[in-house]
Amino acid sequence: MTTATLPAKTTFQPQQRARLVWALTDAWVIAKRRLIQTPRIPDEIVFATIQPIMFVLLFRFVFGSSIHIPGVNYVDYLLPGIFVQTVIFGSVTTGIGLAQDLEKGLIDRFRSLPMAKSAVLTGRTIADLVRNAFVVFVMFAVGLLVGYRPTTNVLYLIGGIALLLLISFAFSWVSATIGLAVHSVEAAQSAGFIWLFPLTFASSAFVLIATLPDWLRAFAQRQPVTLMVDGVRGLLLGHPNSGDVWSAVAWCVGILLVFIPLSVWMYGRRVGR
Amino acid sequence: MSREYAILAEGLQKSYGQTHALRGVDLAAETGTVLGVLGPNGAGKTTAVRILTTLLKPDAGHATVAGLDVVRQADELRARIGLAGQYAAVDELLTGRENLEMFGRLYHLSTRDARTRANELLERFELADAANRIAKTYSGGMRRRLDLAGSLIVSPPVLFLDEPTTGLDPRGRTGMWEIISGLVADGATVLLTTQYLEEADLLANQIAVVDHGQIIARGTSDELKAQVGGERLEVTIARGGDFDAAVRTLSAHASGDLHVDAGQRRIVVPVTNGARLLPDVVREMDAAGLTLDDLALRRPTLDDVFLTLTGHEAEEKPDDAAAPADRRGARATERASA
Repeated sequence: MTTATLPAKTTFQPQQRARLVWALTDAWVIAKRRLIQTPRIPDEIVFATIQPIMFVLLFRFVFGSSIHIPGVNYVDYLLPGIFVQTVIFGSVTTGIGLAQDLEKGLIDRFRSLPMAKSAVLTGRTIADLVRNAFVVFVMFAVGLLVGYRPTTNVLYLIGGIALLLLISFAFSWVSATIGLAVHSVEAAQSAGFIWLFPLTFASSAFVLIATLPDWLRAFAQRQPVTLMVDGVRGLLLGHPNSGDVWSAVAWCVGILLVFIPLSVWMYGRRVGR
Repeated sequence: MSREYAILAEGLQKSYGQTHALRGVDLAAETGTVLGVLGPNGAGKTTAVRILTTLLKPDAGHATVAGLDVVRQADELRARIGLAGQYAAVDELLTGRENLEMFGRLYHLSTRDARTRANELLERFELADAANRIAKTYSGGMRRRLDLAGSLIVSPPVLFLDEPTTGLDPRGRTGMWEIISGLVADGATVLLTTQYLEEADLLANQIAVVDHGQIIARGTSDELKAQVGGERLEVTIARGGDFDAAVRTLSAHASGDLHVDAGQRRIVVPVTNGARLLPDVVREMDAAGLTLDDLALRRPTLDDVFLTLTGHEAEEKPDDAAAPADRRGARATERASA
C-alpha cells in the first residue's frame, strides 16, 4: 500500500523505546501540562493557597480558643488535622480536571494518540501530588507563623509529610474514578466533595473523638480519615502510635490497589461527549 | 488489487442501549482521496469516526485504516492517523506552541523534533504570531487550525476531520477549506464529516450520505445530483419582448417539459449539456430581438439530494440519538464566538 506523507522539512520519526519507558515519559508530559496550567487558573491559585491559609487562620483563632484538648496545645493538635483535610479536599481537582478534559474532547484526542493508556491518569495524579505538596508547604509556613510548633524529630517529620502525600495520592485516584464516571464538570465537583464532608468532619481532624455522641463516635473511630489523621498527627507530635500509622498506610495502599486499575479501565472505555 | 483503500469499513454496527447509532455502515476511501460523510446531527457520523479512530469498538462489522485493523491493531494504527475537528480539542490553558509540543511528545517524537515540528506547523497554519498566547484567547478559526495542526504532527497518511468547520464564520470556513485542499494535494487520504452540503460538494471525491445510522446514498457529487434530476436553464425575459416567441425558441432545446410562468416572465427549461447550449441560446434570443433580465444554468444542490433521498431536509432532529452531539454543537459555537 502506498502511504502518502505530508511534506515536512525533515521527517519526524517516533522514537522506539520499551513500553514501561513510554508509560513514564508520557505521564511526565501530561504532568508537565498540568503544572504549566495551574498558575494560569485563578480559581486554582485561590483553592491551592488562599483557602488552606484561611482554614489555618480560622481554626487557629476562631475555634482554637474554645476547643481544649488535654495535654497538648490545640494548634499543634489541630494543624495535622487541617493538613489531612486540605490534601483530601485538594485531591478533588483531579476528578474535576478529568471531567473538564472529557467535556472538551481532550480525552478523545489523547486516546487517539499512540501514547500509553495509563499516562493521562498517572500524569494527572502525579501533578496533583506536586500541587498538594506545595499546599502542605504553604500551610506549614503559615502554621509556623501563627504558633504551630511540630514537637517531633526529623525522621518523624519526614514520615508525617510522606504519609500526607500518600493520602493525597490515594484520594486523587478515587477522585479520578469519580471524574471519569460522572457526566459533567458540575457533577464531578459535587460528587467529588459531598462524601468527603462527613469523612473529614466526623473524624479526629478537628476535635477529640471522645467528645462526639455515641452513634457518631462509633463511625468516627473506625473510618479511614480518623486513622489517617491519627497517623499523621502522631508522627508530627513526635509520639506516633505505630498501629495508627500502619493502618493509615494500609488504607492508602488498599485504595490505590482498587482505584488505579478501576480508573485506568474506565479511561480505556470512556468516550468524551 | 487495482484500487488501494486507505479506509475500508464493512457492516459497522453500534448501539447504545435502545439507540442504534450505526446499523450496518460500509465506507471506502481510496488512497489519496477525500471521502465526505454527509448527514444531519445524530445520523451516526461521529460514531463512525470514533470507531475508525480506535476510540470505540464496533458491536459488529470490521474496518481497516491504512491497512490496519481498527480493533486488533489499534495501537499501531494510532501512530498513523490524525483526528481533528469539532470535538478533538486543544488545551485552552496552554499556548499554541505548548499544545503542539505536547502532542509531538505524545506521538513519541524527541523533545527537539517536537519543538521543530511545532514551529513548522505554527508557521504553516499562520499561528506563528500567536504561538506564545494561550489557546483560550484564540478565535474559533485559529483554534481549529491549531487543532488540525495537532493532528498533523507525524504527517499521518490518513486524516479524520469531524465537522472541521462547524461553528466557524464564513471566512474561517473558507480558510479551513483551503487548508484541507492543500492536505489532499499533498497526498493525504481524508475522511471528512459534515452537515454542510456545500462542503462535501466542494471537497469530497466520494460522498456517503448517512441518515439514522445507515448509508442512504453514495457516489460522486455529480452522481448524487443526477439522482435528483439534471440541469435546468432558467430564463427571465425583459418586459416588452415577445414572451411566446421566447418559449418557442427555448422549447427546441428542452429535454423535457418546460415550466412557464408568464406573470413573472420566467421560463425553466430542463436541458442536457447546458454549458454547451448556453451560447446558442444567447445567440438565438439576441437574433429574435429579446432582452434577457436573467439567464442561469442551475444544477441541483445537495440540499435537493437530501430532500429527495430522505423526505426531510438535512436538519437536526432533537429526538434522535443526537442529544450529546447537539451539546457539542452548541459548545463549538461558543468556542467560535469566544
